[in-house]
Amino acid sequence: MSKINRRKMLAGLAVAPLATVVTSRAGSLFDRSWATKSSREKLQARYFPNFELTTHEGKKVHFYDDLIKDKIVVINFMYAQCEGICVPVTQNLKRVQNLLGKRVGRDIFMYSITLKPDEDTPEKLKHYVQMHKLKPGWTFLTGKSDEIALLRKKLGFSDAKAKLDKDVTNHIGMIRYGNEAHQWWAMCPGQANPPWIVESILWMDPKADDVHSHKRQS
Amino acid sequence: MANISKRNRRREREIRNAAKNRREIIAARLNRRDMIKAGLLTGAGYLIQKNGLSARAQFSGGGSFGSDCDRRWWDGSGGNGTPVSPPTTPFVEPLPIPPIAQSVASLSPAPTVNPNTAAGEARTRPHQALTTLPPQKFYEVHEREALISMHPELPLQRLWTFNGTVPGQTYVARYGEPILVRNFNDLPANNGGFGLQSVSTHLHNGHTPSESDGFPCDFFGVGKWYDQHYPNVLAGFASSHPPNGDINESMSTLWYHDHRVDFTSQNVYKGLAGFYLLFNQFDTGDETTGFRLPSFPQFDIPMMFNDKNFDPDDGLLAFDLANRDGILGDKFLVNGKIQPFFEVKRRRYRFRWLNGGPSRFYRMYLTKSDLTNHPFWIISNDGNLLKNPVQTTSGLMIAVAERMDVIVDFSSFAAGSIIHLENRLEQCDGAGPTTNILPAGQGNKVLQFRVVSDPVTDNSVNPATNPTFYQVPTRVTERIQRCFKFDRNNGQWVINDKLFDCNEVRFRVKRNTAEIWNLEGGFDWSHPIHIHFEEHQVLSRNRNTPTLIERGRKDVIRLGENDDVSIYFRFRDFTGRYPMHCHNIIHEDHAMMLRFDIDDVGNNNESNCDSHR
Repeated sequence: MSKINRRKMLAGLAVAPLATVVTSRAGSLFDRSWATKSSREKLQARYFPNFELTTHEGKKVHFYDDLIKDKIVVINFMYAQCEGICVPVTQNLKRVQNLLGKRVGRDIFMYSITLKPDEDTPEKLKHYVQMHKLKPGWTFLTGKSDEIALLRKKLGFSDAKAKLDKDVTNHIGMIRYGNEAHQWWAMCPGQANPPWIVESILWMDPKADDVHSHKRQS
Repeated sequence: MANISKRNRRREREIRNAAKNRREIIAARLNRRDMIKAGLLTGAGYLIQKNGLSARAQFSGGGSFGSDCDRRWWDGSGGNGTPVSPPTTPFVEPLPIPPIAQSVASLSPAPTVNPNTAAGEARTRPHQALTTLPPQKFYEVHEREALISMHPELPLQRLWTFNGTVPGQTYVARYGEPILVRNFNDLPANNGGFGLQSVSTHLHNGHTPSESDGFPCDFFGVGKWYDQHYPNVLAGFASSHPPNGDINESMSTLWYHDHRVDFTSQNVYKGLAGFYLLFNQFDTGDETTGFRLPSFPQFDIPMMFNDKNFDPDDGLLAFDLANRDGILGDKFLVNGKIQPFFEVKRRRYRFRWLNGGPSRFYRMYLTKSDLTNHPFWIISNDGNLLKNPVQTTSGLMIAVAERMDVIVDFSSFAAGSIIHLENRLEQCDGAGPTTNILPAGQGNKVLQFRVVSDPVTDNSVNPATNPTFYQVPTRVTERIQRCFKFDRNNGQWVINDKLFDCNEVRFRVKRNTAEIWNLEGGFDWSHPIHIHFEEHQVLSRNRNTPTLIERGRKDVIRLGENDDVSIYFRFRDFTGRYPMHCHNIIHEDHAMMLRFDIDDVGNNNESNCDSHR
């Protein structure tokens, strides 16, 4: 059932007739257009809106098409002036980037999305990248504030407790890692040991020999 | 002033309820006739006021979420949203009983002490007890996709299974009869939207050597296999109580499930779980011998509870990948079926209740048709028979992974009677249940019992005669006390302010010694904490003596907000790595876990308890 139909139903319920309900109810129990969508298309619709974002280098990109589709990705949220958790997480991810080496930007892509898009212009984010001496392949992103807010929710970076969610200093320090084509998605703490984060990210590579068998024994 | 604000609050609530009703009606896809029938719509077409009646409950039988739960509609806004499942008619199919696992004559190649890497085995460490406790039975299990019906009104679901069923086949094991299970990963390339084709099967909570325990990081990929050796031996067999172990450490109801680090919730939600029952000379499975508990399998029934969500548009099982707090389902399943019925004879039954997750806490009641409670007896907690049965008339709480064996006597019912197994604990989000107990008939009806008239004998023990099962194992002086505070830091779960890493051993337990652990809950959250390998005794809960039900052996400890629980263990016989983790499997997958190792030296890490007082 499309969104339009739902809205029609809502309208239909608010007043008396309900005719739209009856017609949309006719036919099969489950909506065919959605049912023919692949699970991958459903994930895209639920979690990966194709919003236009701007990179720290001023390039316009589309979230799904350019950043997520067919890629192994690592995503976190931050803001440039953050004095709390962003610093250790950025330092941690810097070590992750170093450990992953040349693969970052080649087949593994790191994204940090600002929580304060109005404040964090591409220039500010570029300054942040230079200040922390971060290498290419790790992209910082800003965009329209309402779209960033929605993106944050969709990617699972909101707090269930509304009060905590409003407090940006308490923002979620987890990082999401995934492989879009394989529909593999999970999260790990941004402050976890960098080698462990790297190990988690490499599970997303179906070709790696030790992807799905734990090799590092102690 | 007070009146105005009260009125405002009432008005606010009305607005909220109206919105909720609309969502529910849409979700239930009622047409005009359905709605008139349900009394939601008058002949003139106006929506009637709907106080306390959930349209979804009416049509799905799923039950209300309670007045204070504002169920969020999965409107595409993502993050922590949950779909409202399509309607399903309750109690149309019988309760499925998982098939009993059948052993094979032999395995080829034969099991080896060292990992048979060349032949595709993924195990990384040698078996500790394969030669001393040689397996007498061999099983071969294939983790694979199968098309399964969870309700006749929903499409077939592509689930992940152990040998083709959900729950997986039930292992019927006996103490003194070690078994070996060869586990093949034959999962498909396409996961259908969630799940990772990489597995580690944990036997919860066997006295199992580490390499066969299903440690979260002993996972393996498609095309490989892993031999798991289950010695079915009592704790103490190689230490305090040679050669057979301490009879008072006997376990009965175990379960197995995937435990793949970071992906457990997805893989288990997709079907990878089953029962493992252990019998001995007292708990025999025959009601004419030993403790005379109701005979297996006719009157001894395993029941796995799960709550799940289904996509309202195509009826397929839905898992919210963005949820970090805990997934609550609006469909209640027993043994893989949404709201089945179960025909019972007029006699006693043993039900082995298991909360299979992912996140919800239940408080189960037996609701009679006049909405009064039918009392029942609790005989076992987490698969460990209590000293004596404990009767309840006010329900029974079950957190994720907890098992409660109960005796229900249907002999007082006339044939044709209907009794519902009903969860009345209100829970609105993954943080934990509220303190509200919903009125009888307004909770989640998970199963319908139908009393049939067949003549029946009952040789099982009457719990009212206060039979004694096992004693609580004798305590010895502990070597060390450790303290653990469970908390949350910028959405990251921490235990004593540290984060999980599979390769980091947080502390080492010295084999064959006893320890006391103090577990402390954090602000605002409830967690069922599970510790692998050994059963523990609850010494105190918030400085009080534990209840009769908690006063035995357990392997899951409920940690409510700011709870402070002291538990005692004796780590015996085997060495190796084990985890402690939250069994709200969404929390678990977001790294609410630590690794500890048992060795012959031990250390004193995490024993600074002063900071906790």
